[in-house]
Amino acid sequence: MPSITPAEVAHLARLARLDLPPDHLARLAGELDVILASVAKVGEVATADIPPTSHPLPLTNVFRADVVHACLTPDEALAAAPSVEAGRFRVPRILDEEA
Amino acid sequence: MTGLTRRTAADLAAVVASGEASAVEVTRAHLDRIAAVDAGVHAFLHVDADGALAAAAAVDASRAAGVPLGPLAGVPLALKDVLTMRGIPTTCGSRILQGWRPPYDATVTSRLKAAGVVILGKTNMDEFAMGSSTEHSAYGPTHNPWDLDRIPGGSGGGSAAAIAAFEAPLAIGTDTGGSIRQPAAVTGTVGVKPTYGGVSRYGLVALASSLDQAGPCARTVLDAALLHAVIAGHDPLDSTSIDAPVPAVVEAALTADVRGMRVGVVRELTGEGYQAGVQQRFDEAVALLAGLGADVVEVSCPHFPYALAAYYLILPSEASSNLAKFDGMRFGLRAGDDGSHSVEEVMGLTRAEGFGDEVIRRIMLGTYALSAGYYDAYYGSAQKVRTLITRDFAAAFEQVDVLVSPTAPTTAFKLGEKLDDPLAMYLNDIATIPANLAGTPGMSLPVGLAPQDGLPVGLQIMAPVMADDRLYRVGAALEAALLSRWGAPILEGAPVL
Amino acid sequence: MSTDLPVVTDIPVGDAASTRAVEALMPYDEVVRTFDPVLGLEVHVELGTATKMFCGCPTEFGAEPNTQVCPTCLGLPGSLPVVNAVAVESAIRIGLALNCDIAEWCRFARKNYFYPDMPKNYQVSQYDEPIATNGYLDIEVPTPDGPRSFRIEIERAHMEEDTGKTSHLGSDTGRILGADYSLVDYNRAGIPLIEVVTKPIAGIGELAPDVAKAYVGELRALMQALGVSDAHMHQGSLRCDVNLSLRSSPDAPLGTRSETKNVNSLRSVERATRFEMQRHAARLAAGLSIVQETRHWSEALGSSSSGRSKEQAEDYRYFPEPDLVPVAPSREWVAELAETLPELPSAHRRRLQADWGLTDLELSAAVNAGALGPIEATVADGADAAAARKWWLGELSRLANERGVDVGDLPIFPRDVARVIALVDSGALTDKLARQVVEGVLAGAGSPDEVVAARGFKVVSDDGPLLAAIDAAIAANPDVTAKILDGKVAAAGAIIGAVMKATGGQADAAKVRELLLNRLGLTP
Repeated sequence: MPSITPAEVAHLARLARLDLPPDHLARLAGELDVILASVAKVGEVATADIPPTSHPLPLTNVFRADVVHACLTPDEALAAAPSVEAGRFRVPRILDEEA
Repeated sequence: MTGLTRRTAADLAAVVASGEASAVEVTRAHLDRIAAVDAGVHAFLHVDADGALAAAAAVDASRAAGVPLGPLAGVPLALKDVLTMRGIPTTCGSRILQGWRPPYDATVTSRLKAAGVVILGKTNMDEFAMGSSTEHSAYGPTHNPWDLDRIPGGSGGGSAAAIAAFEAPLAIGTDTGGSIRQPAAVTGTVGVKPTYGGVSRYGLVALASSLDQAGPCARTVLDAALLHAVIAGHDPLDSTSIDAPVPAVVEAALTADVRGMRVGVVRELTGEGYQAGVQQRFDEAVALLAGLGADVVEVSCPHFPYALAAYYLILPSEASSNLAKFDGMRFGLRAGDDGSHSVEEVMGLTRAEGFGDEVIRRIMLGTYALSAGYYDAYYGSAQKVRTLITRDFAAAFEQVDVLVSPTAPTTAFKLGEKLDDPLAMYLNDIATIPANLAGTPGMSLPVGLAPQDGLPVGLQIMAPVMADDRLYRVGAALEAALLSRWGAPILEGAPVL
Repeated sequence: MSTDLPVVTDIPVGDAASTRAVEALMPYDEVVRTFDPVLGLEVHVELGTATKMFCGCPTEFGAEPNTQVCPTCLGLPGSLPVVNAVAVESAIRIGLALNCDIAEWCRFARKNYFYPDMPKNYQVSQYDEPIATNGYLDIEVPTPDGPRSFRIEIERAHMEEDTGKTSHLGSDTGRILGADYSLVDYNRAGIPLIEVVTKPIAGIGELAPDVAKAYVGELRALMQALGVSDAHMHQGSLRCDVNLSLRSSPDAPLGTRSETKNVNSLRSVERATRFEMQRHAARLAAGLSIVQETRHWSEALGSSSSGRSKEQAEDYRYFPEPDLVPVAPSREWVAELAETLPELPSAHRRRLQADWGLTDLELSAAVNAGALGPIEATVADGADAAAARKWWLGELSRLANERGVDVGDLPIFPRDVARVIALVDSGALTDKLARQVVEGVLAGAGSPDEVVAARGFKVVSDDGPLLAAIDAAIAANPDVTAKILDGKVAAAGAIIGAVMKATGGQADAAKVRELLLNRLGLTP
């Protein structure tokens, strides 16, 4: 695997919404390189004929009846919010119209 | 009544049931103990004295009214701060959740409450359960009661230390890669990771959803079984919960008989990389099992050496997504909202300020592993290794009833010793991770002190999915044999705090 | 919404020209001479389940903000999703009605991106394993030469969850880009959605806008027939994204596409498709490239505008949702659902056409006007099919057109129209008065009877049953009627007698005589 570039680290930080200073990004680049080199070991045995496992147990079809449960009260819903207005969560201005 | 804090949970339940002491007295004794020693141990992030005393008083009132009490009614417990408890701060050891009081109980919490278990407070942990030393808590490390300069393991160091320091007879931990078992090993306590799906994850703040499992921490195998029985069982609020009867763990702990059981020593989890004292106590315990009538053989699990690598791809991948909700919009910390920043910027500032280095490291790693172009090589390959690990277990359990290994490669190391070397830290989980990848249950129990440093050594027992009872049967038998050899529980040899 | 907030759309309040670049458009006939359009339609349908996709919160439209939320749909730490069985059943029924293959095994996946209307900052959706794939929907498109049939190929239909609703506040212009902050209501977050995606639709030429409209209309009718969604476009329970590209000829490779969102009426589907064709064509003709971007349709301006163009493709980092287990519908279940599907719109239309005795063209006219459902409902409420058709395709279509809405979205119930028809039939209202009553109902003055009472038409209606009996007697006795009209007023006795008999002797004979002569234009 090629080593991870500073630009890649900056891109990852943006994707993950982490506003990190340049020195932290630089440090992460080195750490991720070391870790990725180590975990790349999975490629040694992960051959094409092996199916992936996403869930540890083979459960299927776990459903819920379409029955209404009790909701939080608006006070409970909003109690932990850093900012509230008119019964809604107040958030800073949105630059993009949609993600 | 300091004697009360030295009793087992089973004893305390009997004490309360018989009226020898009230639940309030039992609770007060433990609150006093916390007040006396927790400044040095720092097992707790939050002590809910009023709530605990009220819950204890309710148990006493029930008893007075003649209401039948559950097997753990009136017994105090320490809850890992990764499980929600209505109205009580839940931080997950992170700054980003400072002050958050959830509006709901985790299923584990509500089952404890319903059983009359007295919840003393919330215990310290590595931030979002990422770590093996509890040094990654935003609120400062927990100290190992055996040596306050050493780590208590992690991520559930707080829960293990609380028990080892006699601040509580029981605790709840969560185990994603060893966070119950490894702290148990290095503190001389018992910890069990049940079968994945055995205990509800509802209200367990997710680290890695497909690996996380809550379980009991205790000083004896029977106490762990009693707690296991209270918290386990199907929960319709958790889609991954198993809809089947809970294995008869209490009965198994009381049976404590290994005659004729086939015990497999995992070849790949011994030898090189394991501290000599750890290996020695492990070998002695295995010999003891053979002496008790178990049929001991060596078993190979050829893909276990790949488990750590797979784990450190699957865990960060799931965690990077699970932790996305911590953005300062609906709860928790918000940083940089001074009117000059957009929502995107405020989220970025909040997360950079609210998350510690290890969390940031793993979010970045997981974001990378899931990225277009890298998914197949990393996340996809890790999921295939997961299949191989599961097959290894299946093949091994065709030959034996349980597998054993040392729980952790070393005894408790010094605080700060591995903090700057993530890979060295990750190696602590090398023996515990396979069970998380396959969803199988595992237990760690103390098998002695390493001769070189006098610190506890843990032995891990692993069983097939939904055969958690085998852990208790083998664990209880070994525990009884060791106790008769030692003459006193291992924790009686720990320094007096 | 009961709490009044200046909820802002993307309509600029200030000078449109200063905030929105005016797009050059090529005349439509020139577009279709020069280019071949390729359409792709993505329709999101909100299911009408009682509860959300992954939790038991109710899904009522218009509730007070943040009153239909719980730890799960608020994305609180520790919460977990559990799949709504009825949502899965609805998804399978939709898939079957669209002639899709139903997956034997499929999973949910997380689509990761940050946005404040999404509580977890990932959307639980389906990625490479949708529940339904590879189907089709047959539609009929009206043309000057009569209706033409098209088969629209369906790529997939998958399950996912809706997002919360955001209002943008504090700016002078009221636009999102100038807003100081936003407010979020998570009542909608977690409502089950089915996304139906077509394969590229080619070979439709100048009919592209009509095909788009007919497809969305047919899909809406399908959802309503299945009873899985009310599919109200104006309430956002059916939302359409129009993907469009142009190429120089049907043999040429596909051009760059734009994705136009916020297309929230059938009329807009047609207009947005036409607009994008004209805009693409103008750019291509001028040697400019098409930017692959998301655009927002403004109903008010009749044009689309660019969202922020993406510097790089989004990386959603999809992976299987570990909190949910796979969905593996048994073949028995699927077969049972297939057998119990209701009559689907195309079969239904053929049946109505036969029942009502319509020509292809007449049926097509009703379908194209979006009036089939209202007509049928009006007939169900007791009206004659011809009269119902006359009202919905005539007066009501005219009024809808004046208002720029679809006829089905007029604020009048089919039962109101049926009542008006009954009043006319009984003679209680003349056609002219009936039109006034309909206008009153549309103006919010109440039901037809309330409008009649409020406007003093009530007096007339007392004579209604009598007039009906007189009309019947006149019709039954043409010879007598001719005599009366010839001036032999005494012959009226025979008709008066017939009316007295028909009304069981309850009528006032003098009154009957007066009304009869009046009816025949012979003022007594």
